[in-house]
Amino acid sequence: MSRPLTVVALLVIAALAAAAPLAAAPVNENTVHEVAAQLRCVVCQSLSVADSPSETAHQMKAIIRERLAAGESPEQVKAYFVDKYGLWILLAPPRQGFNLLVWVVPFAGLAAGLVLVLVLARRWSRRAAAAPDLARPDAAMRERIQREMAEREP
Amino acid sequence: MTPELGYAATVAALVLAVYGSGAAAWSAVKGRSDLRASSERAAVGVWLLITACMLLLVYAFLTFDFSVKYVATNTNRGTPFYYRITALWGALEGSIILWAWMLSLYTLIMVSRYRRTQPQLYPWALAVMLGIAAFFLLVMTIPAPPFERLSPIPADGRGLNPLLEDSGMITHPVALYLGFTGFTVPFAFAMAALIVGRTGDEWITITRRWTIIAWYFLSLGLLIGGWWSYHVLGWGGYWAWDPVENAAFMPWLTATAFLHSVMIQERRRMLKLWNLALIILTFSLTIFGTFLTRSGIIGSVHAFSQGSVGQFFLAFLALVVLGALSLLAWRLDRLRAQGELDSIVSRESAFLLNNLFLIAAAFTVFFGTVFPLLSEAIKGVKVSVGAPFFNLVNIPIFLALIFLMGVGPLIAWRRASAENLRRNFLKPVLIGIAAAALCRALGVANTVVLVCLALVGFVAATIALDFARAARARRRTGDAWREATWGLALRQNRRYGGFVVHLGILTIALGVAGSQAWSTQTEATLNLGETVELGGYTIRFEGLQAAEESNHFKVTGAFTVTDRRGPYTVLTPAKKFYPQEQTPIAAVDYRLGFFEDLYLVLGEFARDGSHATIKIQINRMVSWLWIGGLVLTLGAALAIAPERRRTPAVPRAGERAVA
Amino acid sequence: MSGRRRVLRWAIPLAVVPVLVLLAYGFRTDPREIPSPLLGKPASPFALTTFDGKAISLASLRGQVVVVNFWASWCIPACYDEAPSLERAWQAYRDRGVVLIGVNIQDKDEPARRFLTQFGHTFPNAPDPSGRVSVDYGVYGVPETFFIDRKGQVRFKQVGSVTDEIMKQHVEKLLKEPA
Repeated sequence: MSRPLTVVALLVIAALAAAAPLAAAPVNENTVHEVAAQLRCVVCQSLSVADSPSETAHQMKAIIRERLAAGESPEQVKAYFVDKYGLWILLAPPRQGFNLLVWVVPFAGLAAGLVLVLVLARRWSRRAAAAPDLARPDAAMRERIQREMAEREP
Repeated sequence: MTPELGYAATVAALVLAVYGSGAAAWSAVKGRSDLRASSERAAVGVWLLITACMLLLVYAFLTFDFSVKYVATNTNRGTPFYYRITALWGALEGSIILWAWMLSLYTLIMVSRYRRTQPQLYPWALAVMLGIAAFFLLVMTIPAPPFERLSPIPADGRGLNPLLEDSGMITHPVALYLGFTGFTVPFAFAMAALIVGRTGDEWITITRRWTIIAWYFLSLGLLIGGWWSYHVLGWGGYWAWDPVENAAFMPWLTATAFLHSVMIQERRRMLKLWNLALIILTFSLTIFGTFLTRSGIIGSVHAFSQGSVGQFFLAFLALVVLGALSLLAWRLDRLRAQGELDSIVSRESAFLLNNLFLIAAAFTVFFGTVFPLLSEAIKGVKVSVGAPFFNLVNIPIFLALIFLMGVGPLIAWRRASAENLRRNFLKPVLIGIAAAALCRALGVANTVVLVCLALVGFVAATIALDFARAARARRRTGDAWREATWGLALRQNRRYGGFVVHLGILTIALGVAGSQAWSTQTEATLNLGETVELGGYTIRFEGLQAAEESNHFKVTGAFTVTDRRGPYTVLTPAKKFYPQEQTPIAAVDYRLGFFEDLYLVLGEFARDGSHATIKIQINRMVSWLWIGGLVLTLGAALAIAPERRRTPAVPRAGERAVA
Repeated sequence: MSGRRRVLRWAIPLAVVPVLVLLAYGFRTDPREIPSPLLGKPASPFALTTFDGKAISLASLRGQVVVVNFWASWCIPACYDEAPSLERAWQAYRDRGVVLIGVNIQDKDEPARRFLTQFGHTFPNAPDPSGRVSVDYGVYGVPETFFIDRKGQVRFKQVGSVTDEIMKQHVEKLLKEPA
């Protein structure tokens, strides 16, 4: 196609697209539930909006549904609530800034613990390699060992 | 008259407890048995006086004595009889009395068991326990007196919080506190061991049964709490990672770690320092838990915060933690690590990892619970830390722990050879993978659930295989079937009790996994006669009924439920309107099933009964949590049963009988 | 034991001190007190119909001091405690360019009207059945009262019941400011 014609065609398509009404996104109940599960019910203490049986949670869920249907993304819906209530409306803090700490520290602690356990295990097994063996069992002990071994091995 | 008597009894008990603690300590220092006997009598006196306090308070409840503030706040003339008795522990002051009473009872039991058998450790343990009892009595005397008077005397009381009018309320605090206070005994003996310098295995051997019993009651308390949340609160869940739930969960985690690591100390004489630190941590966490519940510094549905109680508890917590850790630091030279590991692939390592993961989980829960406070202190911003965080971090840890449950009991001590590994684990691993594959084929898509199922299959297979093998060995040496199986379990009751407890945990794990992944719900507003469908059930709204109860007004909805086979049942969820509460309380109706529960909550309704809004939930696998609790009970009972051995070896000349 | 180890061991108990300090700090804060992020920001617009059937919107009140009070008939005792103060403030300031609006949330028509009759409220009150306005204002309990200045910005939020002093203090302050 010649250049000017291409431009005109693109302009026409763009104009048509702009003129088309914003299609209301069919709202998936699962999405509503997902967003609601990340928001804290303001009248209960630890329940999410999804779980709470309270009237407030009910109304908040309706608002979530409304906003999603109007085309907002889950992130935008959450941002709306944060704007109105503050960060505490989120059931888990966003992973940025100071709040990154709460997400990182437990894993870091676990990793540090693993390292510690490994280091200790190494140190103790080296010590054992240096130490001599156990005392030899006496007759009664030997009989008992044999009896208990019989119980364990097929 | 009652309040004055009660107050006098409290003060007297406090004085006796302080005296008894001091006398016991002094008797240990100076070796004076007369002082020791005196402190024992003081312990008896403390228990008698606290019992008297409880009885006086119950009497006040039963006689509607609204001159006592506690009675007026927690009951009214309409409160049913049995709730008037259990209202005793329905709020702050009463819960302290319950704690103090259990503590004094445990002290008496400890006195009767150990006064002759443990002359060195026992006096110090008694001193510590009476000292702790004295603190709780101090709280009863100053910041939270249960017998405070109300003037003028109201005609009627306010009434019990309606959420507490439930059987869960009767049992949950009792079980929970039996668990919490139970850990005082091992803690007291650990302190005694540190003070006296006998930091060997004695204090652990003495307190082994105490630890299991306390651990069991704590587990039971947590499960009953979950049950209560499930069938009363109307949200269909059993655990919300609420700060106070977390506060009870943390000591459970560290106590589980402690339970396991003492086994290493028993067998291999290792980890002495660690075990002492663990019991200090566990006990401190129980105090931290009560501090959190009563101080109001972190908001929670449970918090019964009031006045200066929080400060008392914080001061006590500081005293306990700093004091106990200082003792530990002082005796550090006696606790030189004697660790010896032959190989990293061994039971010792498995136990170390078990401890690591449990402590990591406890730390996660702690950090998440306290983080909002930290954020406010440092950044001045209020944030919430809730279920999404706790689930994300804890699920991998719990899965790892399930894996270890299968590995630990079977892997060899010291060094596990390739042969040992193959023999014990090859089949279970295959069975685990097969179980997951089967479930995948049946339609389970959630990865976490599949991993969980694989691990549960693996662990269950290890237990079954081990038991079968041992039973077979006995059969081969001539035992009858019953002896080979039942007798085996009784004879090695610690091992098999542990196995049964692990099976209980597996059942609970399955319940949690299933309920999280497979439950569904919906909401609907129905006109009279209209139906809604969910998961094979058809629910029809039949009408509303209103009734006046003794202390509330109740509106009940009737809903007939039919399933694929025909009419199933009629559910009657209700809304209860209590004059003292601002919003109505939902009374859920449900039918429990092995694999699924049908759960109905009544929401808004029209005055004339023409329509009603309901929330329907099909909660799957939740019953497995309660069944798991029963299995836990059997396992714990087996584990603490008195040890029974095969006919003892006839002692030959010059040898002692092998006990 | 080496000298260094002797000293280091006291690190064990000392390590717990920061945690205890943090917990003690907790006494100075109230977990139920949440600062509103709306302060200093433009107030969310709303358009409601009063119990008398009249339409009322925030946009039409620009230039006046607006006080929005959220309440419910089941909110005992706080809403009942503050109701007389609200009516008194309305009588005192209605001719001075102040508009007081009551927004009724999560309530039923009958008990709400009974509440209004009981206290003889003459200022506009409207129900918010869907809760949209209450969420727009970040309301998490009742009663809550918002003071909006002439430029339409939220300047103060009172959580819990208001008193005559509180009403006077904030209204007077905002009245002095230009539109």
